[in-house]
Amino acid sequence: MTVERAWLVLGGSSAIARAFARVAAEAGADVILAGRDIEDLERTARDLQVRYGRTAEALAFDATDFASHREFVERLRPRAKRLDVLVAFGLMPGQAAIEADPALGVDAIAATYTGAASVLLQLVPLLEAQGEGRVVVIGSVAGDRGRLKNYVYGSAKAGLHAFAQGLRARLFRAGVQVTTIKPGFIDTAMTFGMRSGPLMASPEACARACLRLAASGREVAYYPPLWRIIMLIIKLIPEPLMKRMTF
Amino acid sequence: MSWAGVELAGWGRTSRGVMTACRPERLSEVRARLSEAEPGRGLIAHGAGRAYGDAALNAQGRVMLTRRLDRMLAFDPATGLLEAEPGVSFADLLETFLPRGWLAPATPGTAFATMGGAIANDVHGKNHDRVGSFGDHLAWIDLLLPSGETMRITEASHPRLFRATVGGLGLTGIVTGLGLRMMRVPSGAVRVRERRCGDLDSFLSALEEARTRATYSVGWIDGLARGGALGRGILETAEPEPSAELARERARTLAVPIDLPGAALNPATVGLFNAAYFRRVPENGRERVVSYRGFLYPLDAIHDWNRIYGRSGFYQFQCVLPDASSGAGLRSLLEEISRAGRASFLAVLKTLGGEGRGLLSFPMRGFTLALDFPRRSGVEELLARLEQLTLEHGGRIYLAKDAVLSAEGLCRMYPRLPEFQSVLEEVDPERLLNSDMARRLRIRERLA
Repeated sequence: MTVERAWLVLGGSSAIARAFARVAAEAGADVILAGRDIEDLERTARDLQVRYGRTAEALAFDATDFASHREFVERLRPRAKRLDVLVAFGLMPGQAAIEADPALGVDAIAATYTGAASVLLQLVPLLEAQGEGRVVVIGSVAGDRGRLKNYVYGSAKAGLHAFAQGLRARLFRAGVQVTTIKPGFIDTAMTFGMRSGPLMASPEACARACLRLAASGREVAYYPPLWRIIMLIIKLIPEPLMKRMTF
Repeated sequence: MSWAGVELAGWGRTSRGVMTACRPERLSEVRARLSEAEPGRGLIAHGAGRAYGDAALNAQGRVMLTRRLDRMLAFDPATGLLEAEPGVSFADLLETFLPRGWLAPATPGTAFATMGGAIANDVHGKNHDRVGSFGDHLAWIDLLLPSGETMRITEASHPRLFRATVGGLGLTGIVTGLGLRMMRVPSGAVRVRERRCGDLDSFLSALEEARTRATYSVGWIDGLARGGALGRGILETAEPEPSAELARERARTLAVPIDLPGAALNPATVGLFNAAYFRRVPENGRERVVSYRGFLYPLDAIHDWNRIYGRSGFYQFQCVLPDASSGAGLRSLLEEISRAGRASFLAVLKTLGGEGRGLLSFPMRGFTLALDFPRRSGVEELLARLEQLTLEHGGRIYLAKDAVLSAEGLCRMYPRLPEFQSVLEEVDPERLLNSDMARRLRIRERLA
């Protein structure tokens, strides 16, 4: 079945992705949820049908199975006349776990950066042919500066930020807007148990911001917006001092 | 992180602590985390945290936060059957289904409560005489057992396990899904009639009459009134209002941003509030149309209202007394409460229609009284006397509200407890499920 407009949510089982699927469906969009846990994605799809009466389906997608990305995009083609895309997957093992098993670090980079770049590159012709559309890339404040506690994941997100900048220029010419969202602490499985008090924002609020910022054609935004100031300060710390910091 | 130290509390905030908790977002994680429970210390599911005491806490073991499992899986508009995950709340149902003309038939006094919590406590509302409690509207429960197996259970397919799970305090397994039969309503509002009742006897006869005629009925009692005014209050009855609209209504809320100092609530301030509440309704009564949200969940308009009781928290006492002994029983309870002069906001007095399906379901045919007590010195002794009076009049205390009941009291109030315990022995011989309440009430220790 072909729908007029659908949001493709890549990494549809994450808390931000699920919340985004809901706000998009509430706003009237159909949704394609893509990821590895099909049982879970199907439950989310059914939720969107019951709550908002939208068409929603689950599609198998593995970020690190790069070879499958071309076929994945071919499967998407007939599903919607216009596709908007949210890239919401990533893998963040603890820095200590990565240092104990460096292969984990490679996995994190492969999923968070290489996988995202690969599927987006495969999507470029489709988006270009549409001549319109939105792409939202979930980055991270961790990608703004390499830090002692989280530099492997941070480096993957930094790569993704740069990739999205170039993609933005590439797709701008085709009428497609690319929005990079850099979330701070969002109350998800990744941050569960972290004591960050009032800095913690809900996935729902983050999802609403993503949809709103994409609609307005914003290029780059922090969420919550306060993180722009926090990261500005962190980016200003001179390297000789930064290397002594413990966060 | 799969497991983290998280501060958790019952709604009354008398039971609290940092506990080892997980917050699964999908079923594969639910299964994985349950398999990590330690025998004896166990694990308990925790939904919205609206149980007042320690029913959903487990300081010595682990806690599984289920609020993120909040998907609605199917709805059949021909039959009203909804399939949902346990973290779906009554507020979610109201927002999704009231505009379509459907409502949960039985609901507690807060819409923040979840479906999982509603099963575990077999909750009831202001229409219990008419529709029974939550468990009466369940078509099935998907239950993840301690063995790791998930089963869809109905009263017909697994009678003992089903009755042990409804009202079973989360001790038989993790609810991963449920089938709920929703109820048709003609609009998004009810017509509410309020009138004053000057004393306990007139109140009881008015409630007795209302239970046969009204769809909803609830009484608000001034717990500080004494002597001839003992038991005075306001009776509210309500009927679905066909002429109102089914419009989607956004919740308008205020919040209590800080813990009020303990002294803010004292007999003088609460007495003034209660008297004003009584006089707000004119002598000859009044009638108005109120949204379901406003009528069913009045306190939800004030977020975190439990903070008005300050950091030390409060206890809620709720008991039910059988019809035959309720007149004398309620009088002795209210006299004891009034004599103690413990500042409490309005007490709630309602009728209940009959027993629930669960082995530990709270309802029985009779009158139920609920009221709050700020935690101050001496209040535990008062609650022990109220437990005693409840026992003397053949009543029982509602475990969803409880933080202080004795194990002996539980045994005498819930005659089907031994059967419940034998089901637990069958499905959870290793005691992978446990809670602070189960330990306090020695639910997992008694079987000879």
